[in-house]
Amino acid sequence: MAHNSPYLLKPASVRSVMLRVAAALLPGIAAYVYFFGAAILVQLALASATALAGEAAILALRRKPVWLFVSDGSALVTAWLIALTFPPVVPWWLTVTATLFAIVVVKQLYGGLGQNPFNPAMAAFALMIVAYPLLMSQWPAAGFADFHTQLGLIFGERALDGITMATPLDALRTALHSEENRATVAAVIAQGASFGTLGGKGWEWIAAGYLLGGLWLLQQRIVTWHMPLAFLAALGLIAGVFHLINGDQFATPLFHVFSGGALLGAFFIVTDPVSGATTPRGKLIFAAGIGLLTWVIRTWGAYPDGIAFAVLLMNIAVPLIDMHTQPPVFGHKKGDGA
Amino acid sequence: MSTFSEISRNGLWKQNAILAQVLGLCPTLAVTTTLTNAVSLGLATALVMALSSGGVSALRAFIPFEIRIPVFILIIAALVTMVDLAFNAWLHELYVILGIFIPLIVTNCIVLARVEAFAAKNPVWHSTWDGFMMGIGLTGVLAVLGAAREFVGQGTVFEGIEMIVPGAHAIRILPEDYSFLIGVLPPGAFILLGVLIAVRNWLDTRAAARARRQPTQPQLAAA
Repeated sequence: MAHNSPYLLKPASVRSVMLRVAAALLPGIAAYVYFFGAAILVQLALASATALAGEAAILALRRKPVWLFVSDGSALVTAWLIALTFPPVVPWWLTVTATLFAIVVVKQLYGGLGQNPFNPAMAAFALMIVAYPLLMSQWPAAGFADFHTQLGLIFGERALDGITMATPLDALRTALHSEENRATVAAVIAQGASFGTLGGKGWEWIAAGYLLGGLWLLQQRIVTWHMPLAFLAALGLIAGVFHLINGDQFATPLFHVFSGGALLGAFFIVTDPVSGATTPRGKLIFAAGIGLLTWVIRTWGAYPDGIAFAVLLMNIAVPLIDMHTQPPVFGHKKGDGA
Repeated sequence: MSTFSEISRNGLWKQNAILAQVLGLCPTLAVTTTLTNAVSLGLATALVMALSSGGVSALRAFIPFEIRIPVFILIIAALVTMVDLAFNAWLHELYVILGIFIPLIVTNCIVLARVEAFAAKNPVWHSTWDGFMMGIGLTGVLAVLGAAREFVGQGTVFEGIEMIVPGAHAIRILPEDYSFLIGVLPPGAFILLGVLIAVRNWLDTRAAARARRQPTQPQLAAA
């Protein structure tokens, strides 16, 4: 620390921020590989290569400085989030199409880094789950992590029996919603092979990995506490209230926090600095809204996880949130001026 | 007084109903799932527009200014009912598919917009031609959108053509098991329409730049 004022903060470059975000994903990825095999690494490589190539091509088309923007790492982070939120055994063309859509349409056609109103990775997820609901619901079963079989799934014929299964969130909802068999949460979790202690078997450890990386991002001051806390608190709170009212029909808050993309979302998706709210109070409202919507979509919706749709819906609300949460200018009282 | 060629240019490009005025988006997004549907509804709309513009123009001296809008709508509704019955009689399968969107031509804002903006002030033949060319401009965009959505969504072109030309078949371009649902769903229509409007703006900007005899490369400031 320098001894004399003024103390100036050197703003972190986009590249340094993005590289640290990518590094913070590594513990989660390591757990992913440990439990579900190396297929995710193939998807990460596919998405990264597509994102960089796509970004370079569209930047050249827009006559922008190609190297400056490609090397800032933002496309890489988008690509990794796409790979990590998609099932690891989706066919290669699905990953490539989704990444191109995220980079070319959602990010660059809206003006590039800093201009896109929607979270690119989540828009790509929403596109693909709407277009290919079946492929996007086939997650690998824990224990079938044979790399050769997984490669076959990604690049060749799809023979899925015994290799894939629904996610814990999906399995739970399907069982609870089936008309003839009024199952309870406890019974479903006791029977299902895909459930672990907190969330899904294996998935809870991956979630823990994301949590670890996320806490490091907090310590590095790349994300502020507002969004992750508000998101997890809102998700946990509404899940907790409904679980207390009817524990047979509604899963525990811990299950919701450690299932699906909740912890990945809390630290890496909700916190997207471009498409999210920017004022401190706005961040709380934005992230809490995503938490509530995620629970609603998971509980009553038709898709495996609700985070992508929740994020896109709240993205739409961002201009309104930012407008109504402007902090007063220093020296003025609230309501002064325009 | 506009000349006929100027009216044509307006309808087809300069004031194109969808690409320039962005009017009538409901049928644009709803019926452009296939090329056949899109062109059918587009031509039906063009027919209604030509007749209603001509009719309103012929009667414009007798229509009281204060209640002109209800009178216009009545004229348009009568013509749409005729088209609706004609579809039902001669192109029944297509009629079933297009369903509510044929009667809904009444509420298509582009029809009323041309009647109010052009036909109420211009001679009969000019007005008829204006309505027709506006409709053809609309049909052109619907056709491109319909063909693109059909191709992206299911890999075919001219699906359902046998409803109009007996014995004709859809052309399959991509393999049988290909499907990309987003092309058929409304979000795909929005995305493709956005791309079409962008292409039109790009062509116009380029033409304007060329007309000013400036270098075609726009100066872009580095971000």
